[in-house]
Amino acid sequence: MAQPNSKNAIPYLLDMDGLGALISALVRQGRQVIGPSLADDAVIYDDIDSIADLPAGWGADQSAGHYRLKRRDDQALFGYGLAPQGWKRQLYPPRQKLFAARRQDSGFAVEPPPPPPPPLALIGVRACELAAIDRQAKVFGDRSYADPGYQSRLANAFIVAVQCAEAQATCFCAAMGTGPEVSHGYDIKLTEIFVQKHHGFVAEAGTPQGAKLLKALKAPAAGAAEIKAAGLAVKNAARQDKHLDAEAARKLSAQPDHPRWDKVAERCLSCGNCTMVCPTCFCTTVEDVTDLKGDNAERWRKWDSCFTMDFSYIHGGAVRTETRSRYRQWITHKLSTWVDQFGEQGCVGCGRCTTWCPVGIDITEEAAAITGQERI
Amino acid sequence: MNAPLPDPMVPVPFRIEKVRRDLSDTFTMELVPEAGGEFAFQPGQFNMLYVFGVGEVPISISGDPADRSVLVHTTRSVGQVTEALDALKPGDSLGVRGPFGTSWPVESAFGHDLVFVAGGVGLAPLRPAIYQAMANRERFGRVIVLYGARTPEDILYKKELERWRGRFDLDVLVTVDRATGRWGGNVGVVTNLVARGGFDPLNTTSFVCGPEVMMRYAAQALEKKGVDTGRIWVSVERNMKCGCGLCGHCQWGPHFTCKDGPVFRYDRVADLFQIREL
Repeated sequence: MAQPNSKNAIPYLLDMDGLGALISALVRQGRQVIGPSLADDAVIYDDIDSIADLPAGWGADQSAGHYRLKRRDDQALFGYGLAPQGWKRQLYPPRQKLFAARRQDSGFAVEPPPPPPPPLALIGVRACELAAIDRQAKVFGDRSYADPGYQSRLANAFIVAVQCAEAQATCFCAAMGTGPEVSHGYDIKLTEIFVQKHHGFVAEAGTPQGAKLLKALKAPAAGAAEIKAAGLAVKNAARQDKHLDAEAARKLSAQPDHPRWDKVAERCLSCGNCTMVCPTCFCTTVEDVTDLKGDNAERWRKWDSCFTMDFSYIHGGAVRTETRSRYRQWITHKLSTWVDQFGEQGCVGCGRCTTWCPVGIDITEEAAAITGQERI
Repeated sequence: MNAPLPDPMVPVPFRIEKVRRDLSDTFTMELVPEAGGEFAFQPGQFNMLYVFGVGEVPISISGDPADRSVLVHTTRSVGQVTEALDALKPGDSLGVRGPFGTSWPVESAFGHDLVFVAGGVGLAPLRPAIYQAMANRERFGRVIVLYGARTPEDILYKKELERWRGRFDLDVLVTVDRATGRWGGNVGVVTNLVARGGFDPLNTTSFVCGPEVMMRYAAQALEKKGVDTGRIWVSVERNMKCGCGLCGHCQWGPHFTCKDGPVFRYDRVADLFQIREL
């Protein structure tokens, strides 16, 4: 896993062949390489084999309740903003088998877990996404009970971060202090640049493994012009229209009776989209299955959403029967009670909940309204 | 890379030694680990019990913490998994994960009057603490058990309550919401028993377990008597899928009920009790 980066890493300049060689090297290490690719009218993070799978020249328009692919006027490989779902899909898969059990003459035996999958390489991780990985790592590892699966997947993953060069209309990482600059948690950091007619990447190592891999590519050192272009790209990405007063939002839990909860509940469909696309949402449920004879049973863990009625069910009924209570739970946990639990906020400012909300509920607007920071 | 930690999500097979029917819908099981060994827990903690192929439920431990040779659970069958538990017989197996959660701080009450306030099946999670208190009886002032059930037929551990009632060093008061048959005892909510007093409020610790609304009123009654809210403890129930802070279901305000609870100090959660649908 990526550790905090060393300060004096030499920036290299990778051209397209260099990036291709980097991906090939990770494939040769036996890793499952995940990166951005086109599918289902979106750029998603999925298995890639080579640089040819990357979405060259594709961007995406993202705003509240809106996502559309669009052609860019350059051949940028990482010019699409964010995929609908972050890397929790790989690090904490939507369905995981917890164990299998087999009925025996007397009782049943719990079978040992399957061998771990090949280590991951994640290509194109944004600053806000690194922050989200950090947040989840705390949920799954920092306390008395850990999720060994998450921990080992993350510990064995090779992370290639790619800094954003522009923000989407729903981005507010700058307000949350998580981006757009990638500062830690990567093995290699890339910044996509266009200098005159050259399209390439400024590449820096953040770990010894990253440094070793970069060195083996025998790429030239980046020049002053390229380094400057990389800096400007990140600066450009820091220009964000959305803003969230993170400090004020910490006090959301003190507003359980705010009238705004009723207003937002009039719009909220309780569909759970925001929780499925949120890169820090970690809630799961379990599902038990058996074969027809009832001799073999399995227990699976599946992503769950606090927006479902079942989520809070205890005998006699659900605790949170109303949409208002469920939306309040979600946003209050994200921005406020997460701080009580883990010492920081659960929101990283990626804006996915806003983009993928079918009715375009904007987390920054709701937080502002409830904590009294509403702007016109 | 760190050494892999044990997976808290994988159950350990236990065998059912005995099943006793307490009430028409409530039963107590004694379990022993199939692989041998002991089971240690603190009073107030719970386990996740897994019925093969059916599912898992959080159930508090109701046995004596001093007896590690057997694990005791009292369950009311109210849903799919608890009904499947109810169908198991001695000799059958089930899976156990735990123990999880916080416990009744019995030792913190040394030197005090100790008042147990239980409602319905809420007596089960308190029983281990009552056992522990009795094992250290000389360390307390008065020890009082106040118990409320819906009807006389719903009185859990009836024989045991009668036995405790026969002791000179234990005060046991029972009330029912609705008298049936030949009931000649107290009628009314358990809060009424709190109001009767019989303990030194300035020197009292109280453990309260029952339906949420009952706990709220019982805590308020104790407070009204003069008991410090920092010496009142309650046990909260929420939906749980993992028992160890990973699934998110049991969140109650800032708390994970499974890890930060189920036993909470009342003054730390009194505000949360007031928020609807939290």
